[in-house]
Amino acid sequence: MNEQKDRELYHWLRLIREYEDRISTLDKQGKLMGGVYSGKGQEAVVVGFCHDLRWDDWIFPLHRDMGAYLVKGADPKRLMAQIFGKRDGFAKGKDSYLHGGDLANGIFGATSCLGATLPVAAGMAYKFKIRKEDRIAIAFFGEGASSRGDVHEAMNFAGIHKLPMVFVCENNFYAYSTPNELQFGVDNVADRAAGYGFKGEIVSGNDLHAVLKTAKKAIDRARRGDGPTLVECKTYRYHGHSEHDRADYREEEEVITWESRDPIQLWEVYLQKKKYDFAAIQAETTEKVKRIVEEAVAFAEASPAPGGPEAMEDLYAMPIDTEAR
Amino acid sequence: MLVTYIEAIRQAMDEEMARDRNVMLLGEDVGVMGGAFKASQGLQEKYGADRVVDMPISESLIIGAGVGLAVQGMRPILEMQFIDFISCGFDQIVNTAATLRYRHGGQTACPIVIRGPSGGGVHGGLYHSQNPEAWFFHVPGLKIVAPATAYDAKGLMKSAIRDDDPVLYFEHKFLYRRIKEDIQQEDYLVPIGKAALRKEGRDVTVITYSSPVHAVMKAARDMAKEVDIEVIDLRTLLPIDWGTVKASVRKTGKVLIVHEARLTGGIGAEIAARIAQECFEDLDGPVMRLAARDTHTPFAPAMEEYVLPNQEKITEAIRKLAAY
Repeated sequence: MNEQKDRELYHWLRLIREYEDRISTLDKQGKLMGGVYSGKGQEAVVVGFCHDLRWDDWIFPLHRDMGAYLVKGADPKRLMAQIFGKRDGFAKGKDSYLHGGDLANGIFGATSCLGATLPVAAGMAYKFKIRKEDRIAIAFFGEGASSRGDVHEAMNFAGIHKLPMVFVCENNFYAYSTPNELQFGVDNVADRAAGYGFKGEIVSGNDLHAVLKTAKKAIDRARRGDGPTLVECKTYRYHGHSEHDRADYREEEEVITWESRDPIQLWEVYLQKKKYDFAAIQAETTEKVKRIVEEAVAFAEASPAPGGPEAMEDLYAMPIDTEAR
Repeated sequence: MLVTYIEAIRQAMDEEMARDRNVMLLGEDVGVMGGAFKASQGLQEKYGADRVVDMPISESLIIGAGVGLAVQGMRPILEMQFIDFISCGFDQIVNTAATLRYRHGGQTACPIVIRGPSGGGVHGGLYHSQNPEAWFFHVPGLKIVAPATAYDAKGLMKSAIRDDDPVLYFEHKFLYRRIKEDIQQEDYLVPIGKAALRKEGRDVTVITYSSPVHAVMKAARDMAKEVDIEVIDLRTLLPIDWGTVKASVRKTGKVLIVHEARLTGGIGAEIAARIAQECFEDLDGPVMRLAARDTHTPFAPAMEEYVLPNQEKITEAIRKLAAY
């Protein structure tokens, strides 16, 4: 990898961290409504999988993948307006957080029924396949969602047709409060791949190098027409399930252990060892990401709030008024 | 040409697949076998296994995949082998498909058709007799149609396929091969949202849809000397053609709603409530409903007969209403 790319990756890691930290702060200040689901600590997973995608590939992020939106090309300003429930958000205020995708950039909005995006991703990948389009779909899901039937149904179908897609499980060890050992009887979610006829890979989700390497293998395999891969990224969320969750179900030592494997700090050590001018890179990046986040917040605050009657818009593409007859 | 109800459905899918290469069919056993009821017979041979796809037994996947295809500009028809199994895909319908456009602020349409055999009267028992339209009637973002004739089955299927919103198409398996009609036209549409006035009359309005349309029409003919009955076949359940309904209620002042689905919380409840509120001044009697009894659709013939509406029960209800 060259310095340019190393710096780019650093930019994304830092931007996501800055962006999500700001959202958490706004939430504490009472400036946001609804739930906030911080992915702090998991940045390397979404950066590693999204950075080398093409503009016309599709991603299906889960509720914690704010970073995937940013890396895949969503406008940070509109994304912030989405969080604020404003008219410039992707849902135009109709729903918050990541329920409104940015379809022009190949980002599908998830519902709160976790794992429900996987069949949708499989359907889309099926289209890429039958129309011989050189595109792939990346479906993210948590280890909690792996218990849902939709996940099984989608993987089974993807295995049958060797679909051009990658299943990325972000295993952060807790589904809300429920630990892995109460979620499944296997050691790893990736072990299940064998049951679907494709390969499962396990990678440290905090190690960007490792994620990039595994992602490339899986993405190349999908593009070659050799079918899907299930990649399980072991990682950790620093915050609770959402901001109101103090996550008392975790031991302090466990949190500290994971914080000591912070994906951004690891990348910084790498940049230093590469003998780049790290001080300059860091200063420049800090300045840049702070400016982007400032501008996004200013934009979101200034964006008009939707009016009540707008609640009736966008229900149908072809509305029918039967009263008028 | 004499066309059965199920052949009309097959023709509509065939013609639309020929007209538009984005139209596809996904379902269990729809390809090689041509469907459990042969609704897609010959389609895979004609359009290939890529477009007429034999799916694993995964209703949630079938519907979810349909949404993914629709976002990519395809127009998938999604078959539930029996409509009873639609419950396995409930979340994908109400939470993914119905909300898709709304929560994306109008960025996309969702042109999917979910279709399958509904209805009883064939001794199908609990899981091959259901009429689950009311579950979805409550969901904004969906459209629901339920044809009673072969002509409408074809025209509504074509409209559903060309519609940009998710359309639930409830076909009635009792009608599949019992109905034959001479359909001359090849390419025609029956508009979604428009009811059919099956018979004009002055005394009583009967509002119905799907299979019971035939029993109601028979009752209306048999009672012609006694009561002059107006029959409305809704054809589309979401949205209901309120214009046609209200015009008829204003004329007759007496309304009976008949459906094969269960009474409580059924579509008739909404129609009755709207009429009571908006046509109160026009009513000369209570808005009445005749529907399946509030139980499951049982297997044994005597029980099934007891539960489902039939001509005898319809006649009795009309007499009661006409007496006001």
